[in-house]
Amino acid sequence: MTTTRTRFAVPQRILHWLMAICILSMLFIGVGMVSTITTKYLTLVQIHKPLGIAILVLALIRLALRLYYGAPALPADLPTPMKLAAELSQYIFYALMIAMPLIGWAMLSAAEYPVVLFGSVHLPSILPVSPSLHTLLWHAHYYLAFAFFGLILMHVSAILFHKLVRNDGVFEAMASVSTDDQPERPTH
Amino acid sequence: MAQSSASPKDFRLWPFVVIAAVVGIAAICFAYTAGWLSPNRLTPKKLVAGLAPPGGPALGHRRNHSKGICFTGTFEANGEGSALSKAPVFVRGQYPIVGRFNLGTPNPNAEDAMVRTRGLGILITTPDGQEWRSAMINAPIFPVSNPQAFYDLLTASASKDPNAMKNFIGANPGFLTFLPWAKSDQWTESYAEEPYNSLNSFLFVDESGTKHPVRWSLIPAAQPVSISPAELGKRGPDYLEQEITQRVAAGPQHWKLMVTVANPGDPTADPNKAWPADRRTIDVGTMTVQQIEPERDGPCRDINYDPTVLPAGITTSDDPFPAARSAAYSRSYNSRTAEEADYPRTATGAKQ
Ligand code: HEM
Ligand code: HEM
Repeated sequence: MTTTRTRFAVPQRILHWLMAICILSMLFIGVGMVSTITTKYLTLVQIHKPLGIAILVLALIRLALRLYYGAPALPADLPTPMKLAAELSQYIFYALMIAMPLIGWAMLSAAEYPVVLFGSVHLPSILPVSPSLHTLLWHAHYYLAFAFFGLILMHVSAILFHKLVRNDGVFEAMASVSTDDQPERPTH
Repeated sequence: MAQSSASPKDFRLWPFVVIAAVVGIAAICFAYTAGWLSPNRLTPKKLVAGLAPPGGPALGHRRNHSKGICFTGTFEANGEGSALSKAPVFVRGQYPIVGRFNLGTPNPNAEDAMVRTRGLGILITTPDGQEWRSAMINAPIFPVSNPQAFYDLLTASASKDPNAMKNFIGANPGFLTFLPWAKSDQWTESYAEEPYNSLNSFLFVDESGTKHPVRWSLIPAAQPVSISPAELGKRGPDYLEQEITQRVAAGPQHWKLMVTVANPGDPTADPNKAWPADRRTIDVGTMTVQQIEPERDGPCRDINYDPTVLPAGITTSDDPFPAARSAAYSRSYNSRTAEEADYPRTATGAKQ
């Protein structure tokens, strides 16, 4: 892959920020909706399902882009544990972005709910009706959602650490708005 | 910005303060949204817990309307409903129903004669896969005007404070209009002789996009035979389920689905207020109950009769109940399906 690249490709950066907004919204919508009985409940549920499916589609596109463009190399002087953490967290993020919507969809299928996206548009059921599968998936959706939020907080801390403490260009790899790739990393 | 790699030696505190602040604020916003910082928020969890009898809920069973029996049948639309709603379920034709007759009690072993409220859940599916779910009761109006008042009613009736009910009625005088029906001893002797009312208002959306606020009722073809609860008690604790099983085995039972359209200004947001009797009412078709099956392993068991599962052409209105019910039914469903083992599907080895 293009290891000389110091930034993610423009489509990758656009997708990253778009999905960051969507996923954070989903986490807040999720915990908000299950804690209220007001009419907000219905509004939030009606956003949660189509937005979650949209994230599934975007995550698959993003995975394809990642396989195509690759990712800029991490700074050579980054301590090994941090490098490992950075790489591992990327795998977990991709797994969660794809698994969470699938679990949501499967959980509704196992509970015999129609998976309505909007109006008369609904998705097919992907699992047979089963209380035990529903329970398993419901617990998975719940615990993985909190793991997801925890991981995002760690990710934000790490990236701010790169920027504010190390200032090593990792932040700019995704945050930069410029469309050209720098030929070289600033100081290494 | 000048790019210079910081050496690990010149330690600065402020970046870590910034990081802690960002993470801390995000976590607090999340906790607030989840309701963890708002102990007074009426959550689905609280509302459903409020329904439980003193000994706790009956595990594996619905948290309300717990005693019930499944049925299958059809809805035969006559086409009249299409003037009000574009939902395919109103297009002339016959569509399958999975339903459930039930008693309005959190106790699945309650005696029939102890429970005034009888209910009906239906799920109608059209060939395009759209569903219409509805859970209705035989009462002409709902005891309270909004979900918070329903929670207050549950709390007051469970309270040991002798003034609790009096205070509740003081704050919710509409409850008094429910009492004549609740206290009447003119019950019927069969699930087949009851009307079932949506009570909540919904909007029917027609082809042109015009919205019509409506309520609906299933009106029985069977002649009601009045019976007092005392007489019903003598027929045994589970008479209603035995009776409906025999009756349907002898011949299918029918109800007309009557849709009532509100006039401007009618109280659509308050199921405690009946609409005037002269409102336009349209017969949109017939429900036929063809077969009864026990709930334990019947087709209605794992269905949530969530009243907000609606086809395109029917939506919720300004009535606050359907949202609250949807949130509460989901909570109840999640609990009872996780407790499957406490309500075995075969009667042998039943723990109850
Ligand atoms: C990236 C995608 C998703 C994220 C981050 C997400 C996140 C969440 C969160 C945080 C909750 C609240 C958990 C709780 O406190 O109980 C939740 C609940 C829920 N989610 Fe998702 N979700 C996603 C996708 C989906 C999809 C695609 C569907 C369905 C098509 C779905 C259906 C649901 C349902 C039905 C609930 C309520 C669960 C319950 O009954 O308690 N989710 N989700
Ligand atoms: C805020 C008010 C209400 C609350 C908290 C509430 C709560 C519940 C709960 C927890 C269930 C069990 C759901 C399940 O596990 O599937 C249930 C079932 C039912 N409710 Fe309500 N309910 C409310 C209002 C109403 C109203 C207004 C009606 C009728 C017009 C109604 C009629 C029924 C019926 C018929 C069932 C049985 C459905 C079935 O067979 O599964 N409820 N209710």
